[in-house]
This record gives sequence, structure tokens and C-alpha cells, in this order.
Amino acid sequence: MSMFKIFDTAASGMSAQSLRLNLVASNMANADSVSSSIGETYKARQPVFKAVIDEMGGENPAVGVRMAGVVESKAPLIKEYAPNHSMADEEGYIFRPNVNMVEEMANMISASRSYQSNVEVTSAAKQMLIATIRMGQ
Amino acid sequence: MNFDDALGIHPQALQLRARRAEVIAGNLANADTPGFKARDIDFHKVLAGEMQGPVRMQTTSNKHIQTDNGLIPPAQMLYRSPTQPSIDGNTVDTEREHTAFASNSLEYQASLRFLNGKVSGLRSAIKGD
Repeated sequence: MSMFKIFDTAASGMSAQSLRLNLVASNMANADSVSSSIGETYKARQPVFKAVIDEMGGENPAVGVRMAGVVESKAPLIKEYAPNHSMADEEGYIFRPNVNMVEEMANMISASRSYQSNVEVTSAAKQMLIATIRMGQ
Repeated sequence: MNFDDALGIHPQALQLRARRAEVIAGNLANADTPGFKARDIDFHKVLAGEMQGPVRMQTTSNKHIQTDNGLIPPAQMLYRSPTQPSIDGNTVDTEREHTAFASNSLEYQASLRFLNGKVSGLRSAIKGD
């Protein structure tokens, strides 16, 4: 029955949001990972979502979502003069990741709210299906 | 008497509600997808079309396969006009979709209740007690 597609759609949303939450966790965990060169420094990662429109090969109304990829933030790294730091380069600079903690917190809340809304859709669809199964009793 | 007529408009309405729930679930899943345009079904229009009988292809051979498998043609799926489109081109308004989903699921259960009434009416007519 077609209602089961709601579960697939909501599940795709949940998995996409949990991947996003994973990236937020990774960004926040690495917010203080300093290094001695620009190339080695951790850069904030953001997910890019994509709608899965034509998977079933037709005019399927339920549109799932998947992660199209992960992009690294192009914001400049924080260059800090710390000659006593063990990771300092020859000129005495260290590089801090371009992770914006405030942005990451907002992102985290947004991701968990979106996850919740998918969960609610699933439970509403479940109730609708249960009611349908009981029809005529 | 035909059982299809006995149940009235409710089976089609129920099917359409289920379809609409799918569409809104898709909108909610794509609430953070850049460029995604929220879609919806004009319930009254589609139901009126369904009641007149779905449009079917003319078949001239019994090997021809009907394409109509209960899906709504894309022309009948409309795009929601956004109140506050975001800068990435996404037009999903989560709150609106939530209320639409909730009201749709209530209407689904209402249709279901009507259908249940019809079924129990038929049943008592068959049993005759």
C-alpha cells in the first residue's frame, strides 16, 4: 500500500538529519584542533542535501532526501601568533579551524528539530495505518 | 446494488488523503534541501476529477498496459506559494507543512470513520439482525 512510502520518506529525512548532526558534532569536537599549516587544519564541514525525485521511475509524489555531499567551509582560518605553542610554524603562527561555535549550535538545534518533525510524521502515518487496518471491525 | 456505489465518495477521498500525506511527508523531509519547492495537491479539484472517472488511455489491444496506477499526474500537483522563501531557493515552511499534515491526517481519519459507518451499515444489512 502506498502509505508505506511515507515511512521511507520520513526515514530518509531522519537519516539525512542525523548525518547533519554528525557533522555538527565533528565540527564542534574539532573546534580547537590547531595545526601548523593551512592545509592540515580542520575546516568546518557542512552537508548538502538533495531531493530524491525520480527513484521509483515515475510520478511518485513522495520525495525523499539524501545527502549529496559534504562541503568544507571557505571561511578564513584563524591565524594566531603563539610562538611558544608546540604546533607553531617557523614564524611562530598556529592555525585554528574556522568553526563558528554559535553557528554550529544553531545548526544542531535546527537539525534536531527537523529530525523530530520527521519522527512525528512517522508516528502520525503509523496511527493512520493502524486505524485503516482496523476498518470494518 | 454495487458495492462501489454503496461506499460513496469515501474510498476515493481516503486514497487521496493518503496520497496527500505522502506529498507533505516529502516536503517535510526536504525542509533543508536547497532549491526544493514544496508541493501539494488541490484536494477538491482532484477529487472532483476522480468522481468523474479517472482519465485513461484508450486501449486497442489487450496487450496494452494502463499507465494509470492510481498516481496523481504531475499537472495536478501544485507548487506552494511561499510566504517567506529562503535564500537557497527552498520554499518549505515547516510550520505550514506540519499543520497541513495534521489536518490531513484528521481528515483521513474522518473519511475512515465514514467508511467504517458504511461498512457496519452494510454488514448489519447482510446479517439482518
